Amino acid sequence: MNARALWHTAGVVLLNAAGNFALAVGMKRAAAAAGPVLALLEPAAMAGIMLLIAWMLLRLRLLQMADLSFVLPLTAVGYILNAAMGAAFLGEHVSLARWAGAALITGGAALTSITPAEGAGAGRTEPASERRDGEAA
Amino acid sequence: MTAEWLLVAAVVACTACADLLQSHGMRRGGARWKVPLSIVFLAASFFSFTQLLRIADLSFAVPATAASLVVETLLARLVLKERVGWKRWGGAVLAAAGVALLAH
Repeated sequence: MNARALWHTAGVVLLNAAGNFALAVGMKRAAAAAGPVLALLEPAAMAGIMLLIAWMLLRLRLLQMADLSFVLPLTAVGYILNAAMGAAFLGEHVSLARWAGAALITGGAALTSITPAEGAGAGRTEPASERRDGEAA
Repeated sequence: MTAEWLLVAAVVACTACADLLQSHGMRRGGARWKVPLSIVFLAASFFSFTQLLRIADLSFAVPATAASLVVETLLARLVLKERVGWKRWGGAVLAAAGVALLAH
């Protein structure tokens, strides 16, 4: 796999983590009185949404240059990265059980997505259902 | 903790519905209204996720939504009648165990 795809993959993982992080900061900073929708207008939350839009666009671009079975197992690292950011910057207490859970989920997501598409269903020309399996990553 | 898990369930259910509708709708002969409806579910999923982040830790919220992997593997087998290989089942079981650990 070429270096360009690897750089894009790193960018996808980082944008996702940064987006979720900013969104978490914004949603918690929003005034308690703000309703569920108004809370989204908190600047950090808006920044998070922008970053997540950028993440989706960069991810689409990455999928143009690399196979999904290459992209998804690597981007599964995002589960652990998000937990690490919560622990490092948000003062969250991440217990051993939570670390282990995040690690198992990363492994599970990687294993699931490494699987080649099996038996195309009726009239299927491409594994469309594979496409969004790792969306949180 | 209950409100957190309810929101996780909302995110997972909406994501699974969106993916199911997309997969169905994009197939040849699939009903075309399913794809636009999937976008509605995606939006609902993201909205629920933002509300989850309001009350839950980031280190809980992101891994917990991976439960959608498990639900979608089951739905792929049961509803879409896809063949699901052992690696995929194994991955789903690992993810399920991981989500269970988050409850501690």
